[in-house]
Amino acid sequence: MRNIVLGDEAVAQGALDAGISGVYAYPGTPSTEITEYIIRKKKNESLNIHAAWSTNEKTALEAALGMSYAGKRAMAVMKHVGLNVAMDAFMNMAISGINGGLVVVVADDPSMHSSQNEQDSRYLADFAKIPIIEPSNQQEAYDGIRHAFKISEKHKLPVLLRLVTRLAHSRSLVTFHKPNKQKKLKFPKDIKRFQLVPARAKPQFDLLVKKQTVIRECAEDSPFNKLVIGTDKSMGIIASGLAYNYLMENFQEGCPYSVLKISQYLLPRKQIKYLFDNSDRILVLEDGYPFIEEKLADFFREDSKVIGRLSGHLNRTGELNPNIVAKALGIEQDFDEEAPKLVAGRPPKLCDGCGHLDTFNVLNEIKKDFGDKQIFGDIGCYALGALSPYHTISTLIDMGASITMAKGAAEAGVHPSIAMIGDSTFTHSGMTGLLDCINDKTPITIIINDNSTVGMTGGQESAALAKIKGICIGMGVDPEHLKVIKPLSKYHDENVVTIRKELNYKGVSVIIPQRACVRLPSEKKKEIRKILEAQSE
Amino acid sequence: MTTNIILAGVGGQGILTIAATLDTAALNNGMFFKQSEVHGMSQRGGAVQSHVRIADGAIYSDLIPKGQADMILGMEPMETLRYLPYLKKEGWLITDTKPYLNIDNYPNEKKIFDIIESRSNHLILDATKIAKQVGNIRAANLVLLGAASHLIPLKERALIAAIKTLFKAKGDRIIALNLDAFEAGKQYALEHVDFSLS
Repeated sequence: MRNIVLGDEAVAQGALDAGISGVYAYPGTPSTEITEYIIRKKKNESLNIHAAWSTNEKTALEAALGMSYAGKRAMAVMKHVGLNVAMDAFMNMAISGINGGLVVVVADDPSMHSSQNEQDSRYLADFAKIPIIEPSNQQEAYDGIRHAFKISEKHKLPVLLRLVTRLAHSRSLVTFHKPNKQKKLKFPKDIKRFQLVPARAKPQFDLLVKKQTVIRECAEDSPFNKLVIGTDKSMGIIASGLAYNYLMENFQEGCPYSVLKISQYLLPRKQIKYLFDNSDRILVLEDGYPFIEEKLADFFREDSKVIGRLSGHLNRTGELNPNIVAKALGIEQDFDEEAPKLVAGRPPKLCDGCGHLDTFNVLNEIKKDFGDKQIFGDIGCYALGALSPYHTISTLIDMGASITMAKGAAEAGVHPSIAMIGDSTFTHSGMTGLLDCINDKTPITIIINDNSTVGMTGGQESAALAKIKGICIGMGVDPEHLKVIKPLSKYHDENVVTIRKELNYKGVSVIIPQRACVRLPSEKKKEIRKILEAQSE
Repeated sequence: MTTNIILAGVGGQGILTIAATLDTAALNNGMFFKQSEVHGMSQRGGAVQSHVRIADGAIYSDLIPKGQADMILGMEPMETLRYLPYLKKEGWLITDTKPYLNIDNYPNEKKIFDIIESRSNHLILDATKIAKQVGNIRAANLVLLGAASHLIPLKERALIAAIKTLFKAKGDRIIALNLDAFEAGKQYALEHVDFSLS
């Protein structure tokens, strides 16, 4: 039977059918729908698995490792920049190895549709020296994650499954296969490898290096890599992941060149060698950074047989598409490059009635006193505060950087120095920065926009729900300088006065504008209100 | 044989409902499809689009190549034009007349319609008004789908079955209203254009 699923959902169902006992994740476009699907299934079908949002990607990945240590299959899910947060765990679980299968699913966002960079996660898996699966379509996403669990257990290593936006958010038909049962609780035979003191880590690292040969051979024999020999030897093509589709879109009747499709890494040396020996030039097509091309190209480009993004035959940055690939292949095309000039941009906006709008208005009035460069922003819907018509925040770098950047600026002599962060972003990566501020008695005003949900990714449960006040006071914020305000236009003047007063305080002040996200269903808002009321009593 | 359709609009205008109807109908019809969509920040009142590809065999790219769309189905006239580079020379532009005004620099409406009318194959309809006449102002998207249905390689039976499936949870009254909207759009198109010329 064929099922209609998003690329993300194909991964989710594949993981369920691979017999996972848990999924650990933090929401982030374009990866969110994977975990949402499993949470929904768990609820509707009373599945006996762990499926819930973690506080951040690092806690998620470490919990997944714990489940793997106990012998069960576990999956961690995040967007590309989330892997940076989880990197410490990611690198070191490659050294220790895993017990039950562990797959880290990372959704990259080439062209930055909904992200602050377009980093390519294949580099990070390469850095950690672990295998990668990079599906090219929805069926391969389903089959690929099941295969990933198998090779994870075969090599006793975590495996990275790399998605990109266009696959994550594209629907098609997928055939599901017979599910595996969950694994039983079973400790690793040798627990010493999980004790990464230097004496134990050194042999483990040597072992990891040694395993590379077997991992490469596994990719050479993988059904996910395919070499089709062509008749025209003037060019050989390597196409990974989605780039393979863009290539074949241009050759519906079959490609005259030899084509190596890559969906499993380490790079299959045997097949690449064949292409090198039997083609005048090698065109590398990959959606993301020039990862494969860099590995194959001659550093000085004196004898460069390899062409792609680095050589200028394809765009150096941004995602690929069928037209870009057609151009690189020298295929003639007939279309207008641009839309009619009169078409105006239509960027996203904060929703009508959004609480962030009221907070922006308050801050925009206050900053008339000191200028445009002293409000440090963060990741969330309120990141739109960097754009027209709001122009409220002056910086936006990564999860949690508002508090710590405002801290450094304050210590450089900036006053007032204001941080603006959301509730879920605060618990994700803001709390440690707040502790630094408290310990250093930094003169800073921190605004924690509490809409009681993870708004930008569609309203997932916030780890911070009803906990922010307690966390701040517990860490040492003076209760006199912790103010909860209601971001509504009728309280505008009052809120301006409250924040202005705190700006003059020579220590840590926290302001919590608290109002549930307008997009939440009304029953959810009621539930949140009840929880918050019970807390303030 | 692949039919390529671009759905264009603003976040919240019901593009994903049309896309889901086409997906479900394609499945019912034993066809293949790929359908990309926009999630994330752009859904907040920004420009959104969906690429729908329906074929009788396997499809490679999730994205429609520029110059190869058979139709742009727009919930909004300026958004319809945003994807014009994707349309084949003889491709169809089908769009609602009603501008969605949430930006300050919305262009001159007459100029928008001049460009649409300059294409040999186009249909401009007041889908909101037609939806209102059948009693469900929120079903403008189904009116547009009905109007476009003449050009979609799926049996009407399959489309109707898909609408019934998708609105099942909302009850018989909502199903009936959506089916009426679909039918009204279909009739309007029959009365105003001759698709056989395309």
